[in-house]
Amino acid sequence: MIQPYERPAGVHPPLHFPDYRSTQLRAPAQKLVRLPHGLTEVTGPMHGSWPVTAADADLTTRHAGDPIGERIILTGRVLDSGGKPVPDTLVEIWQANAAGRYAHRVDDHPAPLDPNFDGAGRCLTDAEGRYRFVTIKPGAYPWGNHLNAWRPAHIHFSLFGRAFTQRLITQMYFPGDPLFSQDPIFNSVPDPKARERMISAFDLELTQPEWALGYRWDIVLRGREATVFEER
Amino acid sequence: MLTPSQTVGPFLAIGLPWPDGPFVVPEGTPGAITITGLVIDGAGQSLPDAMVETWQADENGRFDHADDPRGAAKSGTEGFRGFGRSATDAEGWYRIVTVKPGPVPAPGGGLEAPHLDVSVFSRGLLDRVVTRIYFADEARANAADPVLASVDDSRRATLIADRSGQAGEYRFDIRLRGDRETVFFDV
Repeated sequence: MIQPYERPAGVHPPLHFPDYRSTQLRAPAQKLVRLPHGLTEVTGPMHGSWPVTAADADLTTRHAGDPIGERIILTGRVLDSGGKPVPDTLVEIWQANAAGRYAHRVDDHPAPLDPNFDGAGRCLTDAEGRYRFVTIKPGAYPWGNHLNAWRPAHIHFSLFGRAFTQRLITQMYFPGDPLFSQDPIFNSVPDPKARERMISAFDLELTQPEWALGYRWDIVLRGREATVFEER
Repeated sequence: MLTPSQTVGPFLAIGLPWPDGPFVVPEGTPGAITITGLVIDGAGQSLPDAMVETWQADENGRFDHADDPRGAAKSGTEGFRGFGRSATDAEGWYRIVTVKPGPVPAPGGGLEAPHLDVSVFSRGLLDRVVTRIYFADEARANAADPVLASVDDSRRATLIADRSGQAGEYRFDIRLRGDRETVFFDV
């Protein structure tokens, strides 16, 4: 007997969202076909071969000098919707530098590159599902979606969980960003409460004196159907 | 309480590609196959900023995973990891090197034909889109596959990889929108 995963309604953005212009040529026009969860969907890559070392979790010590910007400690837990931690799972991040520039040849924003910052990190969660990165706070940057369009500062997060069904790539934002209201990517999430779940919290206890600001953000992946049922 | 999905944006190449990402099995594995194709948008343009990921059973239709009710089973293929990841190149091509999976038991009884689950990520996709790769040279298994049977006849061919003409190579294009749009699944 295969125990399927829950199918949440109204959490994820619709694929077709005209305010975000790039969806117009890339979002499928046909209706998605419902796939019952079989063995391929309830399993996934888990152990062994992740290409990750302890040094990959610190984005500030990889080059000759310190990167420019506000140093931050970013930590939280990866959980499923039943509250169960997801241990030993790969977390991958990538981001712009403090000036809002990505170390990518296609990024033509006229802000400086930082020779001491490449913007990519990886780590595995511990037994309690905890991840931890040291990085710098990314800057906001303009993009061509609409006149005077600016992305709020964000860090891209990639998560696996333990099943193909749980795979998630998302973005983590910072509290109180004045750019949320004009950002179609942030606002593509239909439920305002769900949008808030993409925003990290500043944490003074996590903050290290004379060194780095602390931000906390938990990530919740889909759980098994029965797990959700038991909670109701 | 779930965390919502957001697009990978145009710069996933900074963080996601791995040097050995496309290799579900190590390069040079006897009997390995290559699956390659273009990711194409609604204007017929191929995407240089997309990423394709695959997940599959081993050559015996088994998973090295505790949630398989048959029990976790190690593949007989040295270095098999079930998972592949390929960013598209400047022309829009992805490429995965793997072994053809065996059939797996279907949730409602019967067998699912050999297949790979596929996630596609790119700028302009606010959530991944999911499809499956089946194989043209598994016609009999495909005919009995309950997932293929659930797809409209006229669109089923979009889920089937054909021999490309190169030895051991299959072609599977992913059309996100429009003409011959690939079937995508709600998982």
